[in-house]
Amino acid sequence: MKTKLSPASKLYIALILIFLYAPILVMIVFSFNGSNSTSVIHGFSTRWYLSLLHDEGTIKALGNTLLLAVTSSLCATVMGTAAAVGIDKFKSKWLKRTTMTVTNIPMMNPEIVTGISMMLLFVFAAGLVGKTDVLGFGTMLIAHITFNLPYVILSVLPKLRQMDPHLPEAAMDLGCTPLQAFFKVTLPSISTGIVSGLMMSFTLSLDDFVISYFTQGPSFETLPIRIFSMTKKRVKPDMYALSTLIFVTILLLLVLLNITQIRGERRERNKLGKGGAA
Amino acid sequence: MKNSPLSRRLISAPYLIWAAIFIVVPLIFVVYYSLIDANGAFTWENIKAIPDYSDIMLNSIWLGFVATIISLLISYPLAYIMARATKNVQRTMMMLVMLPMWMNLLIRTYSLMILLQDTGIINALLGALHLSNLHMINTRGAVILGMVYNYIPYMILPLYSIMSKMDYGLIEAAHDLGANKLTVLRKIILPLSMPGIASGFTMVFVPSVSTFYISKKLGGSTFALIGDLIEIQFKSANNYNLGASLSLVLMVLILISIAIMNHFTGDDDDGGVLI
Repeated sequence: MKTKLSPASKLYIALILIFLYAPILVMIVFSFNGSNSTSVIHGFSTRWYLSLLHDEGTIKALGNTLLLAVTSSLCATVMGTAAAVGIDKFKSKWLKRTTMTVTNIPMMNPEIVTGISMMLLFVFAAGLVGKTDVLGFGTMLIAHITFNLPYVILSVLPKLRQMDPHLPEAAMDLGCTPLQAFFKVTLPSISTGIVSGLMMSFTLSLDDFVISYFTQGPSFETLPIRIFSMTKKRVKPDMYALSTLIFVTILLLLVLLNITQIRGERRERNKLGKGGAA
Repeated sequence: MKNSPLSRRLISAPYLIWAAIFIVVPLIFVVYYSLIDANGAFTWENIKAIPDYSDIMLNSIWLGFVATIISLLISYPLAYIMARATKNVQRTMMMLVMLPMWMNLLIRTYSLMILLQDTGIINALLGALHLSNLHMINTRGAVILGMVYNYIPYMILPLYSIMSKMDYGLIEAAHDLGANKLTVLRKIILPLSMPGIASGFTMVFVPSVSTFYISKKLGGSTFALIGDLIEIQFKSANNYNLGASLSLVLMVLILISIAIMNHFTGDDDDGGVLI
């Protein structure tokens, strides 16, 4: 029974949305402010967007962030999918439980603990080889892959469980090698899990601040790190301009995703409808 | 044929090695560093120092707990409304709830700070209405508000996902059999949504207790939480050993609260942490 919203429900939803969006709205408004004040509006201007274009540090940080997110999510997806396929076949209950417990650790642990634990490892390892400036892209990549892996594994595992285990066997009986059976049968049926794991890893990595903060070095700055060092002082509105751009990008992506989803559902329904008519 | 299950198990080997080196070993390092001094000699000093910070720890837990309860109270009716609405409303609301989550936490917190400032928008509005100004920034309330604001989507989503799968026939049946609204809530809706409450609780409580940015920006310099304390040890005081022992305590506290939460709901080994 799906019901229409009552006025009270509508009011409640509206209040929560105001709460969620007021700060974001403030940021958007001040990104168009004519002066660099963050409390008084002095006319409309796009100067902060222009100054953003000339800010090499921020543009470099944006590139770094994307590079890190793409590499770490791809590595985590490949390794995580392989891991899930293997874990699914573990015979020993004990081994399976232990592996899943360890996999859950980065998700359960506070981010700050994950961050400092990896930092300690890197600092210790650097001490062994007598280097001091080990923190940088490499260490951040390792950290990001590590916190992405559980999300990939946990989105692929359920798909493997839903799959009929006889399908790959049937493929092999019909002459496929195990590798072919994997790529032709298993992989397509778990692909939605893999894609959602990849997407989740990518966005988590884009947005991560805490773990990056502790595993980062001066040689490699990502956007969240740059925002952090900028918010230490008084923020200039170009940071707002940047955030507004990020917000609009995400909004467009989400709307696009939704539209494709709705279209897909409609197509599905049409197919069913036609099937029923025939 | 025969060797294929083995080779399938073997392809998880890279992950198992990775997890051992980068998940398990770092945690051992946290324990190790908390038990040595700056010269690497064994000491109990870092552990003994912990009671000095018990006020800050209790304060962090308390603020995190209050923020989690507030999030739960706000989210619960919303999730219920969403779950019973039409498909289009559900889809739009999901999107609207998730969208702020994808904005950087630092920016959201900073914008909130701008709103709450003594010279901020809220006070400007109050002034325009000829009301007296409110001092909001650098208070406990501001820190709690920051936690609720940043983490409330993590409460709404699991609640919504469990409530949208609930069998609403049960509710109607209970009404038909004479149960009033309160009884239905207590005997049917609450027990059925318990797993959602549990995962929402941990997903809000853990980051709230361990935050350091929110307290720094909205609580001012006088308002340190355990996360701030740890951050200072690693980033400015360079006392890794004390930082490690504080992290160890934080980790143990979090694990205890998750265990308590799971005890209430009956845990599952699949790790149903995600929505």
